[in-house]
Amino acid sequence: MSDSNRPVLEVENLHTVIATQRGTFDVVDQVSFRLEAGETLGIVGESGSGKSMTGLSLLGLVPKPAASVVGGRVLLDGEDLRSKSEAELRQVRGRKISMILQDPQTSLNPAFTIGNQLLEALQVHERDSRQSLRQRAIQALRQVRVAAPERRVHDYPHQMSGGMKQRVVGAIAISCAPRVIIADEPTTSLDVTIQAQYLKLLEDLQRETGLALIFITHDFGIVARICQHLLVMYAGRIVEAGPVREIFNRPSHPYTRALLASVPTVERKVDRLPSIEGQPPPLHDLPKGCRFAPRCGFAETRCHEAYPGHSAGRSGHPRHIVNCWRAEEI
Amino acid sequence: MPPPAGGVARGSGRSFGLASRYPLVPITILMIVLVIPSFFADLIAPHDPYAASVPNRLEPPVFAGGTWEFPLGTDRLGRDILSRTIHGAKYALSISLVGIFLGTILGTAVGLAAGYFRGWTDRIVMRVVDVSFALPSILLALALAAAFGSSFEGVIFVVVFVLWSYFARQVRGEVLSLRERDFVARARVAGAGHGRIIFRHILPNVMNTVIVLATLQIGVVIILEASLSFLGIGIPRPTPAWGLLVADGRALVVSAWWVSLIPGLAILLTVLSVNLFGDWLRDRLDPKLRQR
Repeated sequence: MSDSNRPVLEVENLHTVIATQRGTFDVVDQVSFRLEAGETLGIVGESGSGKSMTGLSLLGLVPKPAASVVGGRVLLDGEDLRSKSEAELRQVRGRKISMILQDPQTSLNPAFTIGNQLLEALQVHERDSRQSLRQRAIQALRQVRVAAPERRVHDYPHQMSGGMKQRVVGAIAISCAPRVIIADEPTTSLDVTIQAQYLKLLEDLQRETGLALIFITHDFGIVARICQHLLVMYAGRIVEAGPVREIFNRPSHPYTRALLASVPTVERKVDRLPSIEGQPPPLHDLPKGCRFAPRCGFAETRCHEAYPGHSAGRSGHPRHIVNCWRAEEI
Repeated sequence: MPPPAGGVARGSGRSFGLASRYPLVPITILMIVLVIPSFFADLIAPHDPYAASVPNRLEPPVFAGGTWEFPLGTDRLGRDILSRTIHGAKYALSISLVGIFLGTILGTAVGLAAGYFRGWTDRIVMRVVDVSFALPSILLALALAAAFGSSFEGVIFVVVFVLWSYFARQVRGEVLSLRERDFVARARVAGAGHGRIIFRHILPNVMNTVIVLATLQIGVVIILEASLSFLGIGIPRPTPAWGLLVADGRALVVSAWWVSLIPGLAILLTVLSVNLFGDWLRDRLDPKLRQR
């Protein structure tokens, strides 16, 4: 399906800032990762940790004029998206890299049938007869397991259920056969059974097309279910990265450990789930040292003074990286 | 199915509700008073609207003791009021259609641009809208008439000037909320450019509002045109515009009331029907009501 040695997407030191009246702040800082074809990368973190901004930064769609991507490289199939003009980026969006947004209820235009919206997405990039594009639209619906797609193309969004709408949104995202799809919490507005169906669907699609997925979520259950690699973000930076299995077995950053500890399990009976004391630091007042230090039970003087560099995670896996001064001791 | 027109026209409080729920009555009135006369004026009108006949001056209408020769009476120069009113429909219709068409396009385009691009485009546009709301239209028309003389084009200009700001403000407001919707973000993710997003994704969602607003403005425009003509700064005499016809009878209201009353009734019926029809249309096109 693809040469598995070269990553589809390679991100180096992505840096996005937001300018406000109080000054300019980093929302995404020193974010680097790589993604191979057919692979799924999870990005987890609290609200405001920069997960969604990372996704939007890749596409060059950060909310202007407040936010802007100021540094780093985004290599998609070896091409640097950061050096492309807006017009060139438009050619890439949807065709090579696409995004599924959080809320299917509002991702579809209420004024058109879903067939028209699929067609529209195809027309942006493809020069082909209307008839054959229509066939491809129906094909895309079939790929996301919409029953009787020939009839459903005539439906308006309000005639469909939430799960069905999210499938249509998925069909639009895959219609131009992109290499990478960024899914920004695509299942949060769906109920659990529909959610499970949708995850299954994404996995099937991946197997069929060799698509690489970036899955932005705060649900560790989903991460365990479909992701092979994981980035844990805190206050705009990656605190721990690596294969999901290694991170789950040997979480190395105190923040990851605290997050995992706060996930309820069926095996252990607890009165009260452990939580992380305090709040994430506000962007305008980030700590000088490790950003998690004020809330960290293991913090010592150096944690408050300087940001830790990369060190190997406790699993010893070569791709398991952690940003903590005390990763080896604790 | 709409009920028979006879049941609706009876003047109880309920009939207003029915008239606004079923557009048959307002549409029928509009056809009779406005549309058919303006297209077939030459066929329907019994007399030449410009032909004066001094011996027949100030004939009363047939129901007030006049003859069938002049069913709705004559004015001071003996011109047939029915014929003049029928011909007047042409001017009411053409001015409202042309004026609303131009005003709608201008206002919608400006509103789309302001709401979509925001920033300085928005600021400039909205200040201009504020200014145009603050300028009295009659005063503007007076100034124009003083500078260029009164003309058909001058009336159209005033109409467009008054209308565009309503459309610009309304459309801008809706676009501001639409542009933040996820389907616009999704289009952007799919690689759509500004033009495609504005015309394919945003415009269709404001069309309902624009259509309803345009319909409701017909009444406003007809009144405006009549006011301008009444004041002598609209359509020049001796054209039989409704406002001019009403103005002709101003001095005679006590003695020959029909000279003003008949064209006045035409204005009243037209504006009332247009507004009822507009209300009905608004209810029909409101997506919140429609989905129920």
